[in-house]
Amino acid sequence: MARFWEHFLLYRDEVLWLTQEHIVMTLTALGLAFVIAVPLGILASRSKALQYPILWLAGLGQTVPSLALLGLLMPLLGIGYPLAIAALTVRALLPILMNTTTGIMNVSDAVIESAKGMGMTRAEILWMVELPLAAPLIAAGVRTAAVQCVSIATLAAFVGAGGLGDLIFQGILEVSTTKLLLGVIPAAVLALGAEFLLGRVEWWITPRGLREA
Amino acid sequence: MSYLLDNWNQVAALAGQHLVIVLVAMGLSTAFGVPLGILAARIKSLGPWILGTFGIFYLIPSLALFAILVPFTGLGLEPAIIGLVLYSQLPIVRNTATGLLNVDPALIEAARGMGMTRAQRLFMVELPVALPAIVAGLRVAAVMSVGVATIAAYVGAGGLGNLILRGMQLLYPEMVVAGALPAAVMAVAVDLAFVALERLARRRVAAGGREGAAPQAENLAAV
Repeated sequence: MARFWEHFLLYRDEVLWLTQEHIVMTLTALGLAFVIAVPLGILASRSKALQYPILWLAGLGQTVPSLALLGLLMPLLGIGYPLAIAALTVRALLPILMNTTTGIMNVSDAVIESAKGMGMTRAEILWMVELPLAAPLIAAGVRTAAVQCVSIATLAAFVGAGGLGDLIFQGILEVSTTKLLLGVIPAAVLALGAEFLLGRVEWWITPRGLREA
Repeated sequence: MSYLLDNWNQVAALAGQHLVIVLVAMGLSTAFGVPLGILAARIKSLGPWILGTFGIFYLIPSLALFAILVPFTGLGLEPAIIGLVLYSQLPIVRNTATGLLNVDPALIEAARGMGMTRAQRLFMVELPVALPAIVAGLRVAAVMSVGVATIAAYVGAGGLGNLILRGMQLLYPEMVVAGALPAAVMAVAVDLAFVALERLARRRVAAGGREGAAPQAENLAAV
């Protein structure tokens, strides 16, 4: 433990820098995935004909192994940061998309009926009724995607995109468990942190009337 | 593509290796996971502990888990198989437990009324009814295993990850694709195979039992 602490102090700048890189990479991919997946999810909830192909494609992005995804995109994007972001984004699509669709389709018909009866337009119903009611489930999707992305982002080091995977590799190459843990522990903490923080967000955006206790 | 065609034999051999790793790991995962799931469903106070423990493994990136295992197991197949089994436990245990807990109490009541022993109820009523949920858990675990096994190449387990990783080091996209494409196809094929199995299991219990867990976004993390 003492040796670990010594190592941490020695490599502190590197650990902090790579952690930051890791966070930025994850957030960028999550942001992109969110911007793509939510509109697609709304579309899928509106049209039965589109729902199947959209969910199937997103499901494919989730079935293909992430390392293989990096590999398949490599001829198109070369090696480096854009490749890592693209692969992470594809990977994060399904949970957000699926939960958006499910969340909107779960809104009870009676609620929509009453909104219509109050004279709301379709856009108003979407923004003021459906999306707020679906928000907790969408947030749950983002949480699932975030935990995955933190984990998968360690692979970015394979394609020269940095992140905490760098330290894990150095640890493996130098057969140094302490160095390995310098990469592993922040990555695990980030995953736990994402799970916890987004869990709070989920609670916070749940409409007050729907909160359990 | 040309690398794939020129080195067809090598790619096929690595794909075979990959499949063997996944099959061995899945066999062990099922052997551990289903009994653990039964335990979690039977002893209510134990359930959260079992699921929580395996939930923690889900948070460790697979590359890191393999690397942590290496000092204990050495390089090769052992860290790969152990890692895959550890990752697979969460979906299998969770789905087995959920499936068992969702069995219609009326069915169990009826079985008891017929004079079945506890073991008979488990093997002849509860497990068959929970089978679709269990197969759904196996599906998640199997698809994930195909993916995580590519990463296991880094600790010397062989398989298709070899080509992907070596190609990335050599900046040789053709070689990367020669590993990535078969790996992707294998994952999709495994997924489809389990969809068919799930449907089969569901048809068998169509008469009884309630729907299992609702299909929400599955957490396939760690891949």
